[in-house]
Amino acid sequence: MTYHLNYDFIWRHFSKLSWGLVLSLELAFVSILIGMAIGLSLALAYTGGRGFVRRAVAGYVEFIRNVPLLLLVYLVFYGVPSVGGFAYDATESFVITLSVYAGATMVEVFRAGLAAVPRGLIDAGKAIGLTGWQRLIWVRLPTMFRIVLPSLSNAFVSLFKDTSLASVIAVPELTYGAQWINTNSFRVIEVWSVVAPMYLVTGYVLLFLLQRLERRFTVH
Amino acid sequence: MLYAIQSLPFLWKGLLITLEVSALVVFLSLIAGVILGVGIVYGPRWLYWPIRIYSDFLRGIPLLVLIFFIYYALPLIGLNFTNIMSVVVALSAFESAHIIEVVRGAIQSIHRGQNEAAKAIGLRFTQRLLYVIAPQAIRRFLPPWINAVVDTVKGSALVSLVGIVDLTLAIQQVIGRTYVPMPLYILGAIMYFVINYILSSASRVLEARFAYIRE
Repeated sequence: MTYHLNYDFIWRHFSKLSWGLVLSLELAFVSILIGMAIGLSLALAYTGGRGFVRRAVAGYVEFIRNVPLLLLVYLVFYGVPSVGGFAYDATESFVITLSVYAGATMVEVFRAGLAAVPRGLIDAGKAIGLTGWQRLIWVRLPTMFRIVLPSLSNAFVSLFKDTSLASVIAVPELTYGAQWINTNSFRVIEVWSVVAPMYLVTGYVLLFLLQRLERRFTVH
Repeated sequence: MLYAIQSLPFLWKGLLITLEVSALVVFLSLIAGVILGVGIVYGPRWLYWPIRIYSDFLRGIPLLVLIFFIYYALPLIGLNFTNIMSVVVALSAFESAHIIEVVRGAIQSIHRGQNEAAKAIGLRFTQRLLYVIAPQAIRRFLPPWINAVVDTVKGSALVSLVGIVDLTLAIQQVIGRTYVPMPLYILGAIMYFVINYILSSASRVLEARFAYIRE
């Protein structure tokens, strides 16, 4: 083998990667927050709604889950502004895409969580005279959140990995930073051998921290 | 809209590439995933850790990074594959890691008593696996495996980023000439949706069909 590994250029421009990683985490964080808001409201609409509402929510979930995220990224960034006559920058566009994508996952998570709240708890709430809204806020939602916490952690780590797709519309996150170094130094192998462990370690550290957080909320 | 209709024959070619890549990956990852999955459950200790690391490593990095990594790393170790072959390797490696976990879950969900009873009537390991464990485990295996197939078809869109003219890149190329993005993206989304919706519906039907198995 005549190829010699050379990491000089990568270390000199490591800030492209480190700040890229920070942006990746930010994108994932903002998206899961918006996604949870979408997911919770639609899951409640689905659980308490009529046939029409249910079909609309199910349609949204099925559509998003059966189309590649890459195509959704293109569709929101290139497609939507072309018919709407307005523009947003790449980061905003990607956050919208990833939030809508996360929302579809979150609907399923929250729907299952709401269904898993024990019937006895809701009946007990009724028995002490809570109204429907009070039962929702003080009984069903807190119980549901404890049930869905593990799914939320997994979804967050999964979204963190999906932020790599933001590089295709030039959002300067980790994968984009890697490609910037590639085009400027052609040290392709070296770059990916640094970036892959960065994703790997960050993902598992996140999962570890989130699982410790979960344990604090578990009720025995 | 007219452009979208005129471009259908071209998109069809792209769709065929998407389906070809997906089919190849589904086939290869099934073989690798089942072998490694059985290995991780029944294999010796020295086999457990390499498979666990393989699976956790590949599931821990984004598919896009893996595709780029393998696309550029294979020539370095002397393997000059065509670009289609190298993305098939990348996607298969990624999907097989997920299938390992599906196989492991399916096998471990079968009650230990089944294996012990099979031992008690004197079946050898391969017989226990083929006649006792596999027929039960396959019902737990099929629904999540079909979901993995859906993920494969979705993941195959990423091959467009290394210059393979699959459905996604075909759409991009048509848009590059016509400058009317929206109808084509919607058309493409519908095409992916139809394929994947049929698959995920099949997964749901099978799941309901096999729901009666409790232990």
